[in-house]
Amino acid sequence: MLAHALFFYFFSAVSIFSALMVITSKNTVNSAFFLILDFISVGCLFIMVGAEFLGMILLIVYVGAVAVLFLFVIMMLNVAEQKQSWFIGKKSTHIPSGLIVSVLIFLELLVVTGGWKYKDNILSSSSLILNPNISNTHQIGNVMYTDYFLYFQVSGIILLLSMIGAILLTYRRREGVKTQSYITQISREPSSSIEIKDVKFNEGVKIDD
Amino acid sequence: MIDIGLGHYLTLGAIIFFLGVIGIFLNRKNVIVILMSIELILLSVNINLISFSIFSGDIVGQIFTMLILTVAAAEAAIGLAIIVIFYRNKGSIRVEDIHGLKG
Repeated sequence: MLAHALFFYFFSAVSIFSALMVITSKNTVNSAFFLILDFISVGCLFIMVGAEFLGMILLIVYVGAVAVLFLFVIMMLNVAEQKQSWFIGKKSTHIPSGLIVSVLIFLELLVVTGGWKYKDNILSSSSLILNPNISNTHQIGNVMYTDYFLYFQVSGIILLLSMIGAILLTYRRREGVKTQSYITQISREPSSSIEIKDVKFNEGVKIDD
Repeated sequence: MIDIGLGHYLTLGAIIFFLGVIGIFLNRKNVIVILMSIELILLSVNINLISFSIFSGDIVGQIFTMLILTVAAAEAAIGLAIIVIFYRNKGSIRVEDIHGLKG
């Protein structure tokens, strides 16, 4: 129990610190690296609390794909020149209202968290109870491919649509690039491509008239 | 303090949510950091769902977390594509340079 508490406090301190660094660091590349650190520490928390499958998925999907995508975009768009601290420069008018809104949201969440109590019969009211005999991945698979199959397929369609959208958004036709034209290739005919000549003996053929 | 319960995880989720909202409002550098703040907010929602799922013994919260992961990945891909084409057209992604809608 003590080890659990120590690990919880360590990982949550790391994740809060790195979330703070994501929003305040001057260089965007540092923000992306602290985002990766945040995902890793929260993934460790998930594994610690007993959701191993989602912890590993968080590591694979977020750290392996999304954060690297962020890093690619940061490095391709030359944003290192544009780094500027948010508290220097032109005064922004929406900072006080943003502070008020976010502090209010935080206080509301704290009130909800502090006042949370289980109902006595909450464990018996659920039909999909965690089974301690089989692994976490097994449980998720049991439910996901049976009761929640529609949601699974809809999430696949969402991923397909986002792929199509990203390709369509960033596609552009450049000038002066030689590409294959399938239509002209397929619609070629022998009459337009070759010419049969009668070659006379000892005279040959003139190619360029 | 030693006994870690649901409240600890919910508080962690609340703090990360708060930092994400602050990051959206205070940011003046570029839009990519705003996308990262949105990722932080989704992460805090995931923390809440998973802790409720574990502490109330119900697997459905983890299913929802997986769906949120899917939507977050799709949103990051589309958002970064929009940022790339905006940079190609305007040459800058600073927040104060984005005023095409005069908002």
